[in-house]
Amino acid sequence: MTKGHQGHLNGVKMALRILVGCKRVIDYAVKVRVKPDKMGVVTEGVKHSMNPFDEIAVEEAVRMKEKKLASEIIAVSCGPQQCQETLRTALAMGLDRGIHVEISGKDYETLQPFHVSKILAKIAEEEKVDIIFLGKQAIDDDCNQTGQMTAALLDWPQATFASKIEKNNGDLMVTREIDGGLETINVKLPCVITSDLRLNEPRYATLPNIMKAKKKPIAKKSPADLGVDVSPRQEVLSVEDPPVREAGSIVQDVDELVSKLKAAGVV
Amino acid sequence: MKRVCTRQFRNLTRLRSFGEVREKISRSINHVCLSRRSLHGSACRLGELELTSVRYPHVQRGKYATLTEKDVDFFQKLLPQRVLQDPSELDGYNIDWMRTVRGNSQMVLRPKTTSEVAEILKYCNERHLAVVPQGGNTGLVGGSVPVFDEIVISTQLMNQIISLDEVSGIIVCQSGCVLETLDNYLAERELMMPLDLGAKGSCHIGGNVSTNAGGLRLLRYGSLHGSVLGVEAVLASGEIVDCLSSLRKDNTGYDLKQLFIGSEGTLGMVTSVSILCPRRPKAVNVAFLGVENFEAALQTFQLCKGMLAEILSACEFMDQESMQCIQENLKLTNPIKSYPLYILIETSGSHGSHDEEKLNVFLEAAMGKGIVQDGTIAMDVTQRQNIWGLRERIAEGLLHDGYNYKYDISLPLPKLYEIVEDMRQRLGSKVTRVVSYGHLGDGNLHFNVTTPEYDKEVLGLIEPYIYEWTSQVRGSVSAEHGLGFKKRDCIRYSKEPNAVKMMVKMKKLFDPNGILNPYKTIPL
Repeated sequence: MTKGHQGHLNGVKMALRILVGCKRVIDYAVKVRVKPDKMGVVTEGVKHSMNPFDEIAVEEAVRMKEKKLASEIIAVSCGPQQCQETLRTALAMGLDRGIHVEISGKDYETLQPFHVSKILAKIAEEEKVDIIFLGKQAIDDDCNQTGQMTAALLDWPQATFASKIEKNNGDLMVTREIDGGLETINVKLPCVITSDLRLNEPRYATLPNIMKAKKKPIAKKSPADLGVDVSPRQEVLSVEDPPVREAGSIVQDVDELVSKLKAAGVV
Repeated sequence: MKRVCTRQFRNLTRLRSFGEVREKISRSINHVCLSRRSLHGSACRLGELELTSVRYPHVQRGKYATLTEKDVDFFQKLLPQRVLQDPSELDGYNIDWMRTVRGNSQMVLRPKTTSEVAEILKYCNERHLAVVPQGGNTGLVGGSVPVFDEIVISTQLMNQIISLDEVSGIIVCQSGCVLETLDNYLAERELMMPLDLGAKGSCHIGGNVSTNAGGLRLLRYGSLHGSVLGVEAVLASGEIVDCLSSLRKDNTGYDLKQLFIGSEGTLGMVTSVSILCPRRPKAVNVAFLGVENFEAALQTFQLCKGMLAEILSACEFMDQESMQCIQENLKLTNPIKSYPLYILIETSGSHGSHDEEKLNVFLEAAMGKGIVQDGTIAMDVTQRQNIWGLRERIAEGLLHDGYNYKYDISLPLPKLYEIVEDMRQRLGSKVTRVVSYGHLGDGNLHFNVTTPEYDKEVLGLIEPYIYEWTSQVRGSVSAEHGLGFKKRDCIRYSKEPNAVKMMVKMKKLFDPNGILNPYKTIPL
């Protein structure tokens, strides 16, 4: 059971410490190809960038700092050397410093939300953060698990699929996107929040900030430093393309439609 | 006259009330309603677009034949199911993308092969029937649509890629291939088309070649006169001129293909092309910068030419009025704050970190010297596409204002913006918007004025003033758009009389009956 560092709660000012997860994924606009050995997708030479939902989380953290609700906002990324670029993007958007948890090779290929959530929980404790901001899911695996697992490990409340965040005295009022529409809940701090698409529109990093970002510190850690075991808990059997969509055909009338459906054995 | 009335009535029966029908009939017969034309889903006026023959009454129809039943039979036999005559389908072929000119063609032909094109032209030449070769119909000077009742020959169905040599990067394809389709095909093989323009999703390569299209990457890959290796075209007589070589170097005889490149379909109809395609860059970076004035824009360009050098692939500019236009009409967002002028710089190279290093050093220098006030670098592909969208969609945004007076001039760089400031003062509040944007790297200004509707007075204020201004500084009155119909009388501002005389002689040699795209490009 852990409680994060309580910000100064009297009246309006809050000095929250926020940790933002930034995952390096294959760029949203790139066409993904399956490797010839069918054990994964091609990542060599392919354009990578920050997970779009994480960008939204970064933007929200920066806005909270601008509104003087947050005092320090830290970016964290787990992965190979190139994650430093992802962290630099977060810093260019306005985060204060970065933490790179270096994991590469086989360990990185089998890294799962289970491992990442343990890493994030440990860092959150060490850095005494009040809010962990994550994207609701990554566009490469679509797991939608890291936020929830992290909250469970820390025994913190979680507000997932957030589309609006407001302060409510010492707590946060979060509007969530759910199947039936919108749900508004009151969340006590410390907490985990995962961002959904409509939370905000991430800013473009401006040149002065891009240059300032070069001087911001990025600390390097390993999973061992954090006492986290990243040995694989899953084995990938195969990765395949979805079946090719067959061409449709135009039918003359309802009778023909029915006979075609019968022939296909669906009625 | 009779045919027009019949078509008129068919359109009218689609109107709601009989009262409306009566009202329309009582107006001048030549005003025809646009029945299904909606532009980008905007609420902009589905008003009545005048026929070109009405708006430009001084243009006389040439001594060409008119379509007869016998002609229609011939074409229907030659191209079964590929002859369009239904008036509701013809609008798209009769009206240009800018909705400023409207022809009165009664028939669209859609051949699939070069030999079909040859048969068509042979027949039309014997019958003295005028034709308009048409690709994607995205031209901006009214060159792609009929003026009177010329037959439209569309390359829509000539969209086969014939071959691609991945080692040399030479692609051979029919002239009806859409530019973007070709680019996507090449992308899978790590190649790219040597040209890129806003109309890429609709324009045909045949049209690009026939108009010597420039575009966004001319700065890096040069003009089509250099990257087109071969052209197969059909002459007015129906003879096929096969200069479709796929050789990088071939100095045997006169280089005929150069005549078809840029002659806007008046010397022959291009049916196939072979193009040299560069390798697709592994690393692309896009920066969007804000500067205070044109002086600073020129300094930025100078600096980036020096510091970015071989990786520079595009350098475009746009002014604050262009930004306002796309913000208001298309709801796009400005990634930085408002500045009088914006510059878009793109780098393309084979090594990501090398290029980023160069770009960062350049940007630090530009900011440090105070030339650039602010800017942003695209962090991912989506941001890159959005930033390019700001520049590429200005033309689309302008159309939402109503009527667009579009000019495309080449001027000596230092003078490029002087003309804009001059015209802005001259036009004052008579117009909705005066915007300018263009290819800074090529010294090419796209100057645009918009009004809610076509206004002869405004046109009179702009022309011929802008042409004379351009002529005085020895600029070109049409840098890349061509002359088409709208600028057919403007050639004298940029070409000497003897040169024009030669062009007229050549036209008579290639097309003695003048059936290919008449009333366009050069004054006869």
